[in-house]
Parts: sequence; C-alpha cells; structure tokens
Amino acid sequence: MSDLFSKFDALINERAGLLDLGVRDPFSIVMQQVKSPTEAVIDGRDTILLGTYNYMGMTFDPDVIAAGKSALDEFGAGTTGSRVLNGTYQGHKECEDALKDFYGMDHAMVFSTGYQANLGMVSTLAGKGDFIILDADSHASIYDGCYLGNADIVRFKHNSAEDLEKRLRRLPPEAGKLVILEGVYSMLGDIAPLKELVAIAKAHGAMVLVDEAHGMGFFGEHGRGVYEAAGVADDVDFVVGTFSKSVGTVGGFCVSNHPKFEILRLVCRPYTFTASLPPAVVACAATSIRKLMHAAPKRERLWDMTRKLHGGLKARGFRLATETPESAIVSVLMPDQETTVRMWQAMLELGVYVNMSRPPATPAGVFLLRCSLCAEHSAAQLDTVLERFEMAAAAVGLFAPA
Amino acid sequence: MTDRAQVYARIIELIEPLNPKKVALGENTSFAGDLEMDSLTVMDLVASMEDEWDIVMPLNMLPDLETIGQVADAVTKLVKK
Repeated sequence: MSDLFSKFDALINERAGLLDLGVRDPFSIVMQQVKSPTEAVIDGRDTILLGTYNYMGMTFDPDVIAAGKSALDEFGAGTTGSRVLNGTYQGHKECEDALKDFYGMDHAMVFSTGYQANLGMVSTLAGKGDFIILDADSHASIYDGCYLGNADIVRFKHNSAEDLEKRLRRLPPEAGKLVILEGVYSMLGDIAPLKELVAIAKAHGAMVLVDEAHGMGFFGEHGRGVYEAAGVADDVDFVVGTFSKSVGTVGGFCVSNHPKFEILRLVCRPYTFTASLPPAVVACAATSIRKLMHAAPKRERLWDMTRKLHGGLKARGFRLATETPESAIVSVLMPDQETTVRMWQAMLELGVYVNMSRPPATPAGVFLLRCSLCAEHSAAQLDTVLERFEMAAAAVGLFAPA
Repeated sequence: MTDRAQVYARIIELIEPLNPKKVALGENTSFAGDLEMDSLTVMDLVASMEDEWDIVMPLNMLPDLETIGQVADAVTKLVKK
C-alpha cells in the first residue's frame, strides 16, 4: 500500500532540516493573550504586533464589540445554515446595506471568508469558453477560483500593462473575458497601475474584477480602495474584499452595479453551499464598515506610521521591496531561508511579531520579513521596532560581508 | 508555415536556460519529473512560448502536457489554428 503522505516528504524533510538548526517553527505561533490591535502575549512575552493586516485597528473598537455582543445575545451563536436557506438574518442584510453605502454600489453579497469570495466570484463569472486574464502574482484564492471553474486561464506579467495588452489582443474578440487585478499585492506591498490596466481591459471588451483586500479603508476619498484612488471606479465591474483586514473580523464580499448581480446567490457554489457568518460577526462587520466611512484621521495616522517604518528601515540599511511606501505593507527583502527564519526568530525573542514569507507564497522566489502597519501603532512603538530590527540584524549578521 | 520539427527545435532552445542540471532533452523528457521544474518556471516557459508563436496557451491546458513532445504537439496545433 502506498502512503498518500509520501508526496509531502520533501517538505517534511525541509522543515525538519530547518528546525534542526534550532529555530522555532514560524508557522505555529500561538497568541496567548491579545491586549490590543498592536499588542499580544506570545511565549509569555509582551509582543508588538507588526504583521496582522489589522490596518485600521478595528478589532477592539468599543462600538464594534458592543454590536457583536448584542447580536450574540439577540440572535445566538450561529445560523446553522446557508445564506439561501435559513442562514440570512437581519444582520446579514444590514451588513450588505453597509457595504452598498460604503462603496456607493447597487449590490453586495457577503461570503463566509475572503477566500470564498474570490473562489466564488472567479469560478462563477467566467465559464466554459470564457477567458480569465489574471496577474501572475495573484493571490492563491484567485488561482483556486480559476481551478474551480471551467474558463481558459491566461496569466500576464505582474503589473505590466504591455503584457496584459499583448495577451488580450491574442484572444478571440467575441469571447467573454474577465480581467482580475488586485489593488495592493500583499507580498511585496506594491500597488497596481490600475488606471492603465483597467483602460486596456475595457478597450478589449473585458469585464474587470479588482480585489481590494489590502486597500479597503485607507485608499481613495471614501477609503474604497486603490481603484478609487486611481479614479477608475466607473470602469470596475466587481470589487471583491474581506472583513479580515481593515474591517477587523472575518468574512468576504463582492459589490457591483451589474443589473443581474443578484442571480449569483443561486449559482455561486462557495456562497450557496456553506454556512453563513455568525450573527455577532456580521454585526461587528456592519458597525466597523460604517465607522470606516468616517475614518479620515485614522487613515492619516496609518499613512504616517507607514512612512515612519519604511523610512526608518531604509535609513538603517535594510533592503525593502518597494522604493517608497506604496501601501500599509512594508516588506524587508532577505537573502535566503535560513537567514530569514533566524532574523524572524530574533525579532520574536525581542518582542516584535512580523510575518515570515517564503516561496511559493512569494513571487520570484524571494524571502521576506513582512510588516503591516496599524493606525493604532504609536510612534514610540515604531521606535522600539526599528531599534529591535537593528539588534536582530546584528545578532544574525545580516549586514556582515559574505 | 511552421512545422513540428521547427517548433520542437525552438522549444528545446527555450528550455536550455531553464535546465541548470543539463538534463538530456528529448521527446519524452518530462517537466516535473526529469527537469524538476517548479510551477513558476513552467509558467514563465509558457509565457515565452506564447510570445514566440503569438499563441494563447491557457494554464488549464498544462496538466495534460507532461513531456516536451506533448508540448511540441500542442504548440504545433495552436500555431496552425
């Protein structure tokens, strides 16, 4: 009998080799206590959180918490059902209304996670004979949506308008086309040139879906995302997003002005065949989304903190994935896996949590220590973070000549 | 007119720089098994073939193309379309 797990042996051995070096597993962190959007206790140690995508710090917002508690009392712990059967409560409608108001769009559909929102939208919109044209660095949920569906999948070079144009030109003019873009690419923290990309997609008769998972809350006049800041709102057919970043809870969504949008509730399998979000979660999300409509001071603080971290790291000689701070993600480029894990662990032992990212999650085989900022980070916290980055780099010999 | 022999020869040229271990290349050489190509390298190779012949090779076509010979067949077919 062949062991179905033998296909994982290479990865098991790689991990074992890494852990034998004496480093701890970067993918098994436990947060023992969470004190605020920026502080937790890990291994009994007070730790500054600098890798949680909690951009707007809404996880402990008093109004959000109160809304969740009240929904828990009034509607119970869970819905035990699909959105299309018994799983749509008042709170789910209110959450979709909040999204429609936030985005100024006619329709909103709430999914149980952001992953499922992409899985559902991508696999349902483009069917057999249609084409999906996606950025090569697209998130796993977009690729998985492609594989769940039956469309032909064409990839273009990351953020390249020229390559997108070339690939669209080769497709049959009459075929249905969906171009999928992201506002912010979460590994390197770079943003897409949406003005150019969307114009090309429209010129070739494609519909456009933009994932704003990492842009919602602090790009554009209303905080809708990079597409709003780029001034292309009228040409974007679908915006997909998540509640697990700026909104501060969990869930996913798609908003659109398409007149036939509502039919998706019956044909989109990752929407239909799963349980809906618990009442407390949609209540938290709706409250948070409405507060994010008036969060200009928080947006300012988030950008201030991002500039401070990016500038501070650069001044200390760290190599960063973007020349300037393009989003609230600041990624530090690392030379190899072992140095990355050692540096990551040194940071953790000094009381700073960042994400370690490695291929295949990262593009082009790069290793990263990825930081994401929160509007609730204080300048003093970031001074501590910068100091500890220097200490960790010295401890692992990051800047030592090879 | 591009015939299969020309396509095959050019595919070999495109693979060479992605073959650091200098594995012998033939009709039955497989991308995953023999060349140990990861998925990103495969996708880059696909992009270079698309540009070479101005064709579209959808990613969902790839699981059926395991060897260099199969890719040469598929490209020849796409070019003639």
